[in-house]
Amino acid sequence: MREETIDPELTADERRLLEDLLHDENDDFSAAGLQRRNFLKQVMAAGGGVLALQLAGENNLLAQAVPASPSAVPPGTINTVKLSLKVNGVVRSLTLDSRMTLLDALREKLALTGAKKGCDHGQCGACTVLVDGQRVLSCLTLAAGCEAKSVTTIEGLAKSGKLHPVQASFLKNDGFQCGYCTPGQICSAVALLKEAKNGEASYVTKDLRTKGPVQLSPEEIRERMSGNICRCGAYPNIVAAIREVHEGKDAAQAWSFVEQTNHSS
Amino acid sequence: MRPFKYSKTSEASKAVSIVSGSPKAQFLAGGTNILDLMKEDVERPDQLVDITRLQINQVTTLASVGGKAGVKLGALGKNTEAANHPLVRQQFPVLSQAILAGASAQIRNMATNGGNLNQRTRCPYFYEVSMPCNKREPGSGCSALKGINRMHAIFGWSENCVAVHPSDMCVALAALDAKVEVQGAKGKRSIDFKDYHRLPGDQPEKDNTLEHGELITAIDLPGNSFNKSYYLKIRDRASYAFALVSVAALLETNGSTIRRASIALGGVAHKPWRAYEAEKFLAGKSATAENFRQAAELEMKQAKTLAHNEFKIELGVRAIVQALNQALES
Repeated sequence: MREETIDPELTADERRLLEDLLHDENDDFSAAGLQRRNFLKQVMAAGGGVLALQLAGENNLLAQAVPASPSAVPPGTINTVKLSLKVNGVVRSLTLDSRMTLLDALREKLALTGAKKGCDHGQCGACTVLVDGQRVLSCLTLAAGCEAKSVTTIEGLAKSGKLHPVQASFLKNDGFQCGYCTPGQICSAVALLKEAKNGEASYVTKDLRTKGPVQLSPEEIRERMSGNICRCGAYPNIVAAIREVHEGKDAAQAWSFVEQTNHSS
Repeated sequence: MRPFKYSKTSEASKAVSIVSGSPKAQFLAGGTNILDLMKEDVERPDQLVDITRLQINQVTTLASVGGKAGVKLGALGKNTEAANHPLVRQQFPVLSQAILAGASAQIRNMATNGGNLNQRTRCPYFYEVSMPCNKREPGSGCSALKGINRMHAIFGWSENCVAVHPSDMCVALAALDAKVEVQGAKGKRSIDFKDYHRLPGDQPEKDNTLEHGELITAIDLPGNSFNKSYYLKIRDRASYAFALVSVAALLETNGSTIRRASIALGGVAHKPWRAYEAEKFLAGKSATAENFRQAAELEMKQAKTLAHNEFKIELGVRAIVQALNQALES
């Protein structure tokens, strides 16, 4: 099947590379980025050929320009701060300007572009990451203050090529449209589920004196997710996705067809 | 953002001495407000002293006064921790509710108890550096006085400033008669909550009575005998928005009689507004809808509205009545 789709005029190298690409496209969502990067590396190594040139262009578009060394002092740095922190389980050393936010450090220094810059003022939640297990806004966190802390971004949620249950549930329930707010939504939801398990209350929790895990109603989920704005309005599906993971069973469909109307009148 | 020197210390006295000795230095705790204001060029510190590693973040029991134990909130505890601490949830649920009514889960995980008190107004003219604002630039004028002032004050404002204090937590702290423990270059002192925040008068640039370099170390919640409470917040969205009007209502009841009430309002003044008139009226009266309404109207009678916020009077009356009713059911 695959043989038939490959152009017979390709060189042996090109054919092998294209096979890798097709394999890559069919592969697990979470591993795709990594594999594509491997593929592009291979293309560069193959050197030459029209396909390779096209893909080199794609390389510029798709692959992130990883800074040569995040610990080198970048030009223009005024008040230099050096720190080490753990990002998705790996200790990283950074040298940066005291003004740099955690969001910018993740995106610009460590090429982790999952966390998004939406408003950059703490109003949208697109930059939500977990710091020491707590959901926070990376756009209002100074990187300099994160010495020795442990940061988890959307890139760190999948384990061994397997999506985090919240990621899988967002896919299953269509918990997004454009996807821009999704990394923040998912990080926020992962923390929310833990908070509810720990018995943390929200403004809509009826009795604050009751202890123990909180059962998450749609109302509770909406209140607890209110710091994450979705401009596409995927809220019903986001709530369903979170509810499904929380309850461990399929959530009821969040929409329904309107009843048949009489068009003759 | 303008450049600033970043430093951190784990000693309160050292932090106080650095900031006291440098007029443009500021403390950095949760950062949720100051970083935003620095991005907007409203705040322009030349140095930030990171105090998040000071060991003043615990919630502890406070020695009892008249048989009722109080609670001490370490200034650097996070809002989330304060709201969810068993001592607070059991003894001061109105404070938990107020904290949980504010901001978002992410921000409450970052924001500290002390920082919550020192957050600045969200008046859009304060944020917009191209507009005059006496709070940001003393003497430049108040753009909100004759501008779009739907969100602004109806109590205690002056011609110089009509901004409101944005905190929910502080509204509950006002009703609870909290005390703010501070440490400065000249030593420690305790400030009654009603004296902590200021009315604007002719110095709207001063939000509170702290001196430069004074650090909040704790917030004390004295024990009390209120047995009913509720925090009600009315806002444009269902969640994650600042209050149009909010009410912290505390009642000490004996059967259907109100022994004592403590009521504070948010979203209506430059500081959390204690509804003393309503409290006085309710003392000794029956807990009835009619009495709640009369008390609320008595309080709101003193309001002075601006061009766009007249609605806050009726909204305030109804919010007070509803908060008292919900407190009664608590």
